Parts: sequence; structure tokens; C-alpha cells
Amino acid sequence: MAMDQSNVAFVRTEMLPEQAPPASEQGIIKWVRVNLFDGWLNSILTLLALYFIYKILAGFLPWATGGVWNTSSLAECREVLQDTAGGCFSVLTERWNQLLFGFKYPVDQYWRLILAVPLLAVALMPIMFVNHMVQAGRVVAGAMVIIAVLSLIGGAMGLAAIFIITAVAVGYLSMRAQSDAAGARSMMLIFTMLYPFLAFWLIWGGTIFNSIVALAGFGVGYIAFSRMQERGFTIGALSAVVAAIVTWFIGGFISDALAGVLALEPVPSRDLGGYVLNFILGVVCVSLSLPIGIALALGRQSDMPIIKFICVIFIEFVRGVPLITLLFVANVVLAYFLPPGTNFDLILRVIIMITLFSSAYIAEVIRGGLAALPRGQYEAGDSLGLDYAQSMRLVILPQALKISIPGIVNVAVGLFKDTTLVSVISMFDLVGMIRGPIGSSTEWNGVYWELWIFAVFVFFVVCYGISQYSQWLERQLATGHR
Amino acid sequence: MKKTVILGALTVAGLAAGAAAAATLDDVKARGKLNCGVTTGVPGFAEPDANGVWQGFDVAVCRAVAAAVLGDSTAVEFVPTTGKTRFTALASGEIDMLARNTTWTFSRDVDLKFEFTGVNYYDGQGFMVPAALGVSSAKELDGATVCIQTGTTTELNLADFFRSNGISYEPVPIETGSEAVQLFLAGSCDVYTTDASALAAQRANFPSPGDYVVLPEIVSKEPLGPLVRHGDNEWGDIVRWTLNALITAEELGVTSDNIGELSAGSSNPEVNRLLGSEGTLGEMLGLDAEWAKRAIMAGGNYGEVFATNIGVDTNIGLARGLNAQWTDGGLIYSPPFR
Repeated sequence: MAMDQSNVAFVRTEMLPEQAPPASEQGIIKWVRVNLFDGWLNSILTLLALYFIYKILAGFLPWATGGVWNTSSLAECREVLQDTAGGCFSVLTERWNQLLFGFKYPVDQYWRLILAVPLLAVALMPIMFVNHMVQAGRVVAGAMVIIAVLSLIGGAMGLAAIFIITAVAVGYLSMRAQSDAAGARSMMLIFTMLYPFLAFWLIWGGTIFNSIVALAGFGVGYIAFSRMQERGFTIGALSAVVAAIVTWFIGGFISDALAGVLALEPVPSRDLGGYVLNFILGVVCVSLSLPIGIALALGRQSDMPIIKFICVIFIEFVRGVPLITLLFVANVVLAYFLPPGTNFDLILRVIIMITLFSSAYIAEVIRGGLAALPRGQYEAGDSLGLDYAQSMRLVILPQALKISIPGIVNVAVGLFKDTTLVSVISMFDLVGMIRGPIGSSTEWNGVYWELWIFAVFVFFVVCYGISQYSQWLERQLATGHR
Repeated sequence: MKKTVILGALTVAGLAAGAAAAATLDDVKARGKLNCGVTTGVPGFAEPDANGVWQGFDVAVCRAVAAAVLGDSTAVEFVPTTGKTRFTALASGEIDMLARNTTWTFSRDVDLKFEFTGVNYYDGQGFMVPAALGVSSAKELDGATVCIQTGTTTELNLADFFRSNGISYEPVPIETGSEAVQLFLAGSCDVYTTDASALAAQRANFPSPGDYVVLPEIVSKEPLGPLVRHGDNEWGDIVRWTLNALITAEELGVTSDNIGELSAGSSNPEVNRLLGSEGTLGEMLGLDAEWAKRAIMAGGNYGEVFATNIGVDTNIGLARGLNAQWTDGGLIYSPPFR
């Protein structure tokens, strides 16, 4: 005997519609209550924090938004501002080229430095985004199109052309990568290997044969190495070095003879400056110090006493010395040892010093990675019958380097920022330009915040980018050790 | 000259220098450029403008020497130096001459083995304080904090001055002038001290210059002038007499406007000797007859150089004062061209 429940007036057969939670228990109000005003102590702290944020913004926003962008001197700018709290950003618009490129690089040659940047992005793609060439290509090409459009709006036709052409090339390569990833990647790797020589030609100018001879030296050295390798690694390496030096020596005469062929206007090193100088130093020193650091780390673990001894002494010495003293040595002390009149390029000296410095640090970071590997990995390599080079290349280093990524990136970011130290030895990187020629010019002495905030901004963009990349790379390489 | 290509000719090695110390003139001529050390930037004295061209009172000396030696006032490689690197740069031969607000002192001349070739600006160290401090003399500055550039003679003069007056101070050492100004304006120090010329130049760009006063005391002698290395007297002579030519030109009324007609010959024999239409002064220096004419045409005579770079009509606004010609009661005085 079933009782029809609907007939019973006080029993419901259907669910009531859900009611919204009370206003104080949902949405933004709840979030604010729980996170900001949870108890009287937190409420006071929140109010205090809000007050400070307000004070900072109240000072900063009128200064940032009410600034003047188009005067030609500080006095003129102050006249326009009439005691209102605006910044004199016109120093950036008037001296932007000096901040970015230094004050001596020929103005009509800026395109060479600008061209080197998108080409650097292209050269880095196959190394940095091994398995994501398609996506990376799209992003890079997209970014370049945006820059091209912006520079078109700004009226810089040449600039726009540079970026459009690279964007098209990158776009084409990333399309090819879709169907034939390995092929596209090896094409781009060839470009990556050519890039240092190309960039050297673009930045320093002179005949392209300087770069070709330098490249030929490496090529001949490689051929000599692969021919002689069967007689042992050492003989191979030695003959490679000899072959390369002979090529460079002979090539020196050739490129002297062809000094005018395919020549860009030569620019001496001391004419480089601005943010470009930081960038050159950062990129060159990081990419040189990685292989040197790996070699030093392996050398420190070596069984051969002399090699181990040299590596330990080098690493410990360099780590025990401040970078600034090494730079002073490069700048002033070396001049006393070299014969008078010798002009051993200052940037080269600085590059050597910074590279030595950072490679010692990277060596220690990688040694940490090597030490973290279980002993079984080394034994596994040996038991497979791999020789030293093979087991390092195939088994040990891939794991050790993966562990070391955060440390390496740490060193790289620190190194990039340390390049500003060259301002102390009267080189005009971004900081040097601000402290020297711009900060003490008749028109602009007294401008301070505007310039330094600009410097902070451009350094932050690059350093934050590097650290984001490293986190992405760690996620990519996470093969489940935890 | 042979170029060795290492890492794609990053190294430009070996301008076959030989005995560089003894033949700076030959080196400069072979190079086709004068390497002249300047500051990394002092308003009015040496600073690159928005196009990267160096301008200023010290720069004009470099340009005059280049014009005299090479016939081209733009054939100068300006090598910016800091207070710390300037002397090594000169001693090591990286630069041929230094024209960088450098005070002529006994120890720099004798101990560091340099040769000052004259004085192009007589300066002296002064003090600037906020007017609100209510100080009217530097002797009232007992216990003050003082912003001061390191590695300069001002640092030493300051110590001497306070010690001899039996008062104490607390130094705030700073690397460059612009940073010192910023700290001074922010109130990090009560007093800012440096050469009086720089004080005036920097005060001109303060947000409210009237709120700051320069105290009357000048506590040191700062004869600023170009210098060269010991051991090459011929080169020292060239730099010395180029500067003297600029000074003499002002004294004799030779300006960049009338130099064309005066060089054709004038009634004043000293003008004729200076400009090369009489005598063999240029030959004695190892230069041609018109060296001084070119030096003067590079930027005008001493007075014109002063007026265009730091004179009362510029932003810097310095009066001639001690730097007037001796005939006007100043100290600027050149030995005769004879």
C-alpha cells in the first residue's frame, strides 16, 4: 500500500532551488573579509598597507603621467612643468639613442645593432626551444610583426623592413618545422653557428672577410680534429689548434688585402656603449662561460692530478677575488705589462675577465649537479662500455645540467647585471652613460630618477625574462624525480 | 703594420710603437689622430652633446692641439677617464695628453712624472650650503656632513682646511658630480664642496638655485691645465705653446673673425710671428708655419673659447675673474712669441 507522497501537504517532492549564499559569504566581500580584515590586528595592518600604497601611488602617478616628453633641456622642462609634480622624461626622448647605443656609435649605422637583436632571437631559438620550434617561431615572428608595425607608426621605415623580413624568415622556418622538425632545426642550428661571426661583422664592421677567416679557422680546426682523432683525443685537439692558428695567420693577410670588400664602416670597440654594450657583454660572456664552466667542473672531478690541481686553483682563486678588481686589472694594470703603444682591445680584455669570473661560478654550480647524481649513474655509464667522453655526454651531463639549471640561471642573471660594473673603468654602458655624459651634461645635469628608472626597467625586463624561461625549462625537463 | 686576426680580428694589435716615449709627435702623425684624455662629463668643460660630439672648454684645448699638429680639429679620439684612471691612461701611453680638470700639484708633476704644460683655468675650492642653514662662513661649519668627490685634490684640501681651523666634519664620499648634487639636494649632507666653477655650473640646474648659497671662502688654489708624460719635451712644447698661442691671440686681439686678414701680414710683428707670416717659430716646434693659425681657428682664441663654453652668456655663467688676461687684472699670461 503505497502512499502518494504528494498528497501529504507538508512533505516536498521536489528540491527547492539553491539559494545564493549570504552576501557576506561569497565573492569579493568574503575574500576581502577573510584575507584582509580577519580580526582587528589584520584589519589595522591592511589599512596601514593601503595607506602606504596610496602614498606611494599618489606621489608616483602624477609624476609618471604628468611628465614632459619633448623639451631639450632640464631648464626648459622645469619651465613647462611650472612646479607641478611631473617627471622630465624628455631626457629619455632626447638621449634615447645614447642610452641604448652609447654616444659614439655612428648614427647612420644604428641599423646594424638593431638588426643584430632579432637575428640573435632567431639564433637562440633552436637552442632554447628545442622541441617547441613551431610555437616559439610563431611567438618570435608575432613579436617582430608588432615591433615592425610600431616602428611603421613611428615612421622608421628601415627598422620596420628589418623586422618584417626577419619575421617572414622565422615564420617560414616555423612552418617548415611543423612538417619537418629536424630539418628546420638543423637549418637554424647552422644559422646559430654562423651568428657570432655575422654579429661580429655587423657590430664592429670592417670587411666580411675578417669573419669569414675566423670562421674558416674554426672549420679547418674541426676538419683537422676529425682526421687526427683516431690517433687520440690530445693529438686531435693539438692539431686542430695548430691548423686554426695557421689559417688565421694566413687569413689575416687575405682579409687585410680585401679590406674594402663587402665592408661595413668599421667601428672601434671603444665607440660601443649604452645598453647594447651590456647586452653584448652579457650574451658573449654567458655563452662562453658555460662550456668553460663545464670543462672546469669536470676537470675538478678528474683523476688526473695536474688537471685537477689547475682547475681547483683557478676556481678558488677567481672566486676569492671581487670582479671589480679583475676589471681594474684588465683596464689599467695590463697596460703597464704590454709594450707601450700596444692597443689590446679593451672590450676583449673585459670579456676575458668577466668570462673567467663567471665560468668559475658556473663550474661550482655544475659541480653541485655532478655531486648530486647517485654513484650508480657513473657506474651505469661504465658498465655500458662507454668511454669517458661518451658517458659524460650521454649519461652524466644531461642529468647534472638539468639539476643545475636554477643555479646556472642565477649566475647568468647576476652576470648580466654585473656588466654594469664596467662603468667604473670608464666604459660607457647604460649605467656609465647615465653617470657620465648624460648625467653631467649642461642640459641634463640634475636629472636623476627618470634615467635610473629607465635603467631599472630595461634590466628588469631582460632578467625577469631569463628567470621565466628557466622556470619553463625546468618544467619541460621534469622527468619525475620527485 | 700587420693585423693579426684572433677571434675575427677583435684584437687590433700592435701599432708598431717602437720607442713610443720619445716620439709622441711622430706617433700622432702616423696615427692621424690625437688621443686626448678628457673627463667622463663635467658641464661646460667636457661633455658629449646629443649627437655624441664632444664640447667644452677642456675639449677645445685638445681640438687646438689636433689642429696645430694634424691640421684637422676633428682628428681627435677623446678617451674619457675617471679621476682614478686618468693618470694610468697617460702613463701607459693610451693617451697622448690629458686635458681633464687636473690640478697642477707638486707630487703629480714630480712624483707621478708628468709635465703640466700650463694653466687654462684658475679654479679654487668652494663650499655650497642650503640658505636655510643660515651659515655665512665656512668656519661656522663645525660638525657638518660634507659631500665630496673621492680621488681628487678637493678631498685633501677639505681635510687641511678643517684641520687648520680646528673644526670637525664628517665626509660623505661620492664618485661623480651628479650623484653628489643629488645627495646634497636630498639633504644627505649639509655642505657640498668642489671646485667653484663646478659649483656654479651645477647650481644653475638646481630646481630652485636661490635656496642655496656659495660661501665666500675659497680654500685652495686649483690651477687646472693640460699635461703630458715626462720624457718627451718636444711634445710637451707643442702642447704648451698651442695653449699659449690661444692666450696670446686674445691678448693681441686675434680672433677667429679677423685671423684671415691678419695672417696675410699685419703691422704688429708679434702677430706676424704668431701666425707664421714672419719668423720660423713653427719650424722650431717641428710643425709648419701656420700651426698657431689653425689652432686659433679651431675654436677661437682663449677668450672666445671661454665665452662659448663657460662664459656669462652660457648656462654655466662663469665670470672671467682670475681667468682674465693679465692686462685686465687676471692671471692668464703667456710668455712672448719670439
